[in-house]
Amino acid sequence: MTASRPSRRAPLLKICAALVFVFIYLPVVVLIAYSFNRDGVGGFPPRHVTLDWYRQLFADGAIWDAVLNSLIVAAASVLLALTLGLLAALALDRADFPGKALFRRLVLLPLILPGIITGLSLLMFAVFAGLHLSLLTVFLGHGTALISVATTELFAGLQKMDRAQEEASLDLGATPWQTFWRITLPNLKLSLIAAALLIFTLSMDEIAVSFFLIGRDNTLPLEIWGRLRRGITPEINAISTLIFAVSVALIMVWYRVRTRGLGSEPQEVLERP
Amino acid sequence: MYSRAYKTMVSLPPLLWVGLFLLLPYALMFAHSFWVVRDGLLVHQWNLQNYHRLVTNPLYVQVLLRTMRIAASVTVLSLLLGYPLAYYLSFHAGARKELLYQLVIVPLWVSYLVRGYAWKTILGSDGVLNGFLQYLHLTQQPVGFLLYSPFAVIVMLTHIYTPFVFLPIYAALEHIPRPLIEASQDLGASPRATFLRVILPLSMPGLLAGATFAFVLSLGDFLAPLLVGGPSGTMIANIVQSLFGAAYDWPLGAAVSVCILLITIALLFLTERLEKRWSFK
Repeated sequence: MTASRPSRRAPLLKICAALVFVFIYLPVVVLIAYSFNRDGVGGFPPRHVTLDWYRQLFADGAIWDAVLNSLIVAAASVLLALTLGLLAALALDRADFPGKALFRRLVLLPLILPGIITGLSLLMFAVFAGLHLSLLTVFLGHGTALISVATTELFAGLQKMDRAQEEASLDLGATPWQTFWRITLPNLKLSLIAAALLIFTLSMDEIAVSFFLIGRDNTLPLEIWGRLRRGITPEINAISTLIFAVSVALIMVWYRVRTRGLGSEPQEVLERP
Repeated sequence: MYSRAYKTMVSLPPLLWVGLFLLLPYALMFAHSFWVVRDGLLVHQWNLQNYHRLVTNPLYVQVLLRTMRIAASVTVLSLLLGYPLAYYLSFHAGARKELLYQLVIVPLWVSYLVRGYAWKTILGSDGVLNGFLQYLHLTQQPVGFLLYSPFAVIVMLTHIYTPFVFLPIYAALEHIPRPLIEASQDLGASPRATFLRVILPLSMPGLLAGATFAFVLSLGDFLAPLLVGGPSGTMIANIVQSLFGAAYDWPLGAAVSVCILLITIALLFLTERLEKRWSFK
């Protein structure tokens, strides 16, 4: 393989790749840099480093209320999507029922459909069912839409699982219930953690569906959205930088979990929408 | 090996939930598109009026065409950026492969909204890019056309979807058996021929998956136009949004949504077939 041509040095390609990285990272770098800029967002180069925007941010009650709301919605969505996603994955893996193919496609639909369609459909449903728009409807939207992510991830986990253990457990007289808790669930641990992290982050960031289901209390992205319409302030850079830092921390947790072995590949969910 | 009761236990809750909170809402969307609003009230009267209004109104057709153009540009640009990057990582990155791969993933976790906002601050007339250009004395006046234009929408969406296009292409490239490439070279094919006749066809399923994803999600995007698009960057989903909001014509909005949905499903169906064809070759 030493002389094979594709691994020859290719300076042009390297430059291309570097430029793509610049393009991908430019906004992130700008965002972080200007969160420390006294004179606000814009102009070049940024002068006068300051932490004022962070100070202002920490004193900003509305933002932290929104953060709390987002955390509640995300945590509840993880519980809902994980529970139903696990059942759906088990059903797809082990049961046969009429409309199974349709069910599989339907569950995955929110992942590939533009958020506006799922969001508006759920809005019509809320009006139809007489539900008041609130964090509860946002949770309903996130939880339901993200069943897709849980199902994909857990189905992949089930497919990789060794069936012999479950068979042995059942043969040796354990009830299906005991087998589920003692064999199936522990075997899926890594997939469950990966799915939970992914659902949590996606829910924290979600805006297209929430946009139509939000009541009086804002989630963080919608609070930021509201502020953006009033004008640009480095406070938004500051909160974004913090979100970025938390996201990176979460990814590191994920990779730690994954590299401990057996975990499903992180790209699977993204690859197969 | 699993009892009937077990199967029912695991199937029933997700079936009911998905039926109630996903199938019913989508069905409601579909039903609305055949209803009308009269004197500010929704009338459950089945007809094709909305679809008729949709195809005869040049504004909607024009915006739909613009949306398709923008989505196509985003798709092509994301491929042009994502493919070389994936190719470089898969064949040339050597030991740094894993690190670089993770570096592509990281920005995926930065909120969509936040990245859009960042582009707004970069492209604005008193933004970072204009400040930079004036700092270098390349321009005296701020360049105005950068923000609030279809161009800005394309830049922002390309930025968002390049990693999504990269991922499946990279996975496809990684799955190409290396002996195939060596065989091609040993048998005297030029690097160009090896790429065009071995690597590219074998990476086609990944390329298609990425392209579909970028196109479909750009097609239904309404936030990028609101953030950076301005009036000339309005897209079809913005029309839906205004029909559901200020204009208060849910049935017409639903009809436009159904059109987006149909285009999406048709595309998914098409690429699925294409992917199958390529992967059997």
